[in-house]
Amino acid sequence: MTALISIESLGVAFHGVPVLRGVDLTLRKGEALGLVGESGSGKSVTWLAALGLLPRHAQVSGSVKLDGRQILGAPASVLDQIRGGRVAMIFQDPASALNPVLTIRKQLCEALALHRDLSGEAVKAEALRLLNLVGIPDAGRRLSAYPHEFSGGQVQRIMIAMALAGNPDLLIADEPTTALDATIQAQILELLSTIRREMNMAMVLISHDLGVVAENCDRVAVMYAGRIVEQAPANQLFADPVHPYAQGLIGALLPLDGPRRRLTAIPGTVPDPAHMPGGCAFAPRCALAADPCGLAAPTLAPIADDRAVACIRAETSRRALLGIAAE
Amino acid sequence: MSAPLVEVSAIARSYAMRSGMFGRSTAVHAVDGVSLAIPKGETLGLVGESGSGKSTTGRIVLGLEPPDTGEVRFGGQPMAAPGTQAWRAQRSRMQMIFQDPLGALDRRLPVAAQIREPLDIHSVGTPAEREERVRELLRAVELTPAHGTRYPGALSGGQRQRIVLARALATKPDFLVCDEPVSALDVSIQAQVVNLLCDLQAQLSLTLLFISHDLRVVRQISSVVAVMYLGRIVEIGSADDLFARPEHPYTQALVSASPAPGRRSAGRIVLSGDPPNPAARPQGCAFHPRCPRAIARCRSEVPTLSGVGGDRQVACHLVAGPQAATRDAA
Amino acid sequence: MGRYFAIRIGRAALTIVLVVTFAFVVLRLSGDPALMILGPEAPPEVIAAFRKAWGLDDPIWLQYLDYFSAIAQGELGRSMRDGRPAIQLVLERIPATLALTLPAFFFKVALGVPAGIYAALHRGSGIDRAVMMTAVAGFTVPSFVLALLLVLIFAVQLGWLPSGGQDSWRHAILPITTLSLGGAAVLARFTRSAMLEVLGQPYIRTASAKGVPWRKVVTSHALPNAAIPTVTILGFMVGTLIAGAVVVESVFAWPGVGRLLVVAVANRDLAVVQCILLLVAMTMVTSNLVVDFLYGFLDPRLRAKGAHA
Repeated sequence: MTALISIESLGVAFHGVPVLRGVDLTLRKGEALGLVGESGSGKSVTWLAALGLLPRHAQVSGSVKLDGRQILGAPASVLDQIRGGRVAMIFQDPASALNPVLTIRKQLCEALALHRDLSGEAVKAEALRLLNLVGIPDAGRRLSAYPHEFSGGQVQRIMIAMALAGNPDLLIADEPTTALDATIQAQILELLSTIRREMNMAMVLISHDLGVVAENCDRVAVMYAGRIVEQAPANQLFADPVHPYAQGLIGALLPLDGPRRRLTAIPGTVPDPAHMPGGCAFAPRCALAADPCGLAAPTLAPIADDRAVACIRAETSRRALLGIAAE
Repeated sequence: MSAPLVEVSAIARSYAMRSGMFGRSTAVHAVDGVSLAIPKGETLGLVGESGSGKSTTGRIVLGLEPPDTGEVRFGGQPMAAPGTQAWRAQRSRMQMIFQDPLGALDRRLPVAAQIREPLDIHSVGTPAEREERVRELLRAVELTPAHGTRYPGALSGGQRQRIVLARALATKPDFLVCDEPVSALDVSIQAQVVNLLCDLQAQLSLTLLFISHDLRVVRQISSVVAVMYLGRIVEIGSADDLFARPEHPYTQALVSASPAPGRRSAGRIVLSGDPPNPAARPQGCAFHPRCPRAIARCRSEVPTLSGVGGDRQVACHLVAGPQAATRDAA
Repeated sequence: MGRYFAIRIGRAALTIVLVVTFAFVVLRLSGDPALMILGPEAPPEVIAAFRKAWGLDDPIWLQYLDYFSAIAQGELGRSMRDGRPAIQLVLERIPATLALTLPAFFFKVALGVPAGIYAALHRGSGIDRAVMMTAVAGFTVPSFVLALLLVLIFAVQLGWLPSGGQDSWRHAILPITTLSLGGAAVLARFTRSAMLEVLGQPYIRTASAKGVPWRKVVTSHALPNAAIPTVTILGFMVGTLIAGAVVVESVFAWPGVGRLLVVAVANRDLAVVQCILLLVAMTMVTSNLVVDFLYGFLDPRLRAKGAHA
């Protein structure tokens, strides 16, 4: 199956400071990929760069292909067609994600007018259909309302409706539920799941919340300091993480039931991109670090079918984990 | 069982909120009839979403705001009114740490000076003793004196929160209120700070009120947990038991909404409807519009907290109280 | 809605009363009008007669009451210098002032706002820096310095334009230019920061992510939001249309309201000063009211009644 979108060696730097150091990702049609990482990992920058949404002064290198066609560095007219049309993106902060001085109707219809060949009454009908699809009650009246008249969860639903306006093949959700309450988060995630299944849409779910990603994605990629450090199917990653950072993250995730245990905290902090340590960026915080780790950054290497890890101590790490499990 | 260090009896607090430019003002019942008792050395976790009133409760418990009705007692004594001399003296025994460490620190002062400030205010010891105490506190939060010379802007989020914690512990308080202290931190740093809090609590016999929307963190650090919804406590019980076997429908939905690896979405309880608007609280049980199991009674009568066995109390017509037996007939 | 405006109008009226009271008190405390007008050599009986005629011997609170009751009846007093009604003196000067301030306002907006928008859209570029440096120069240089500089260059050195008076349309060029440059500088800087703030908002990124072409993002999404704070400062500038040209009129000997004010203050010509101040206060307050009105039109968040928080 050919990839829907394929990213190779994507690098991004701001004023000479690299924040993305060579990211490789592929996504197939209908697949759900989870991208997990903490601040500074580059998980959002990856997709902003792919869609050309970074500020002008960002230095972007590498290759991003949509259906085999290179879109990185493509002219604005091409990118405008793709954005919202083939690839849609929704963001985190619902409070200010919609233009406060325009009605919902204007903003929705703008998206529809750009990507669908509809006019007049058909546009309004479609807008209503989308609002109903995402569960906005009393859609007819609410069309003429302004963003501040909706709650955070509802604004996020409207964002999703706008994203779906162009019938995209890929939806990138950048921390869509982080700013929302837990019960609303559950609603939004369920909505995304339903839509994805019904429209066979691919999805990238970016989050710092491992739990959210675990439950909603087929595959997960873990990012650290601008690189992907591990990639695996979701259930395998959480059962058996190999990269020490992934292990640390999963160890920091507590179950709500079962015995309490002390959190395995990863010591230290995420390095400053301007002062990145040579070699593996995680080495200063890694319990398994050895001398070779400081020499060169490890590349993402496959260790099994559909699994890849960027760690030269992967085997040791795995054995250590299995050793603990065996006790 | 010793007398609780902090005892809160039926506190209520409302704010007048004006709707729109010139609408009539409505009363927002931020907190409505909350009673808590925190034994010395224990941690009470207060859980709820936005609009639940948990932050307001934290402020009232600390004496930062007076309740409209009800009483707060600290160490057996009633809480003094804010701004009075007696109240100021009580400050050294209770402290608070917040969600935004950068906002809680003064950007213009080196952090060591900020840790020292409570000691200066309450005139604790000699200046030399205060310096020594600052060093001691930095060690306690796993930072070095070198960190103390820096400005807040030069520290990471986790380090700043440690400084805030050090400052809160300066006057050796008995009671600490933590309002979402780790929510703004990265996951790996959250773990560090939570571990630190647990350790310090054990070492210093601190009593904690831990307010958060993150169930996992609350479970890790609390012995007792209270769940709030629109200003009222809907369920209270021991932490492990409450999360393992939640009784109130809202708690069940909260627990179910918390995603966990290895468990797929099937069987998840997803609440319908909008999050609550504190200015327009529903009649009867505040949760009934979103409750999957609401009965007629829920619309008219406010449920009260009643025991359901062990140390668990639930405010739900279906679960506790004399009418629980008739729920099948509903 | 009615209550909203009733409160605003009430506040406006109070502002006007306070302004005029303040002027009333200060003028009387700062010197004897009779001496100012008649000169120090005038014989004491003449001064006494003058004072009696103008009620200056009455206790101050009585003067104040007289004054306000007169205003209420539409009687704004007479100039102590030439006895004509103050309001007449002021009104006949207004066209001259407007001949300067209205074109200047137009140029300020036409120059300043596009410059600010352009600078914001090309932030950090050479043009942005050039525009900003010019703007800073424009509003830090005091208007009289700028005026004198322009006179020096264009009237004295080059001899292209006249340096003072009001004889032909050519005489208006330098004063209008002086007024425009200062205002354009302020507007450019202000518009730039309003635009920058808006461009940094998440909804701009949402619009781009929807595939809206950049041009349309700027015109449909950014500008309507940036207009809101810009309207504030424009309203302020409109409020200064009547008396904002005091310095420029003085430098160029342009017979407008500003010049009249300067002369009247020097002479303690109470009625005229009070009349002008009343006029200025009313203009300012009216333009603020209009701006408040406009806000409701531009920003739907302010229109909402009982909106869900």
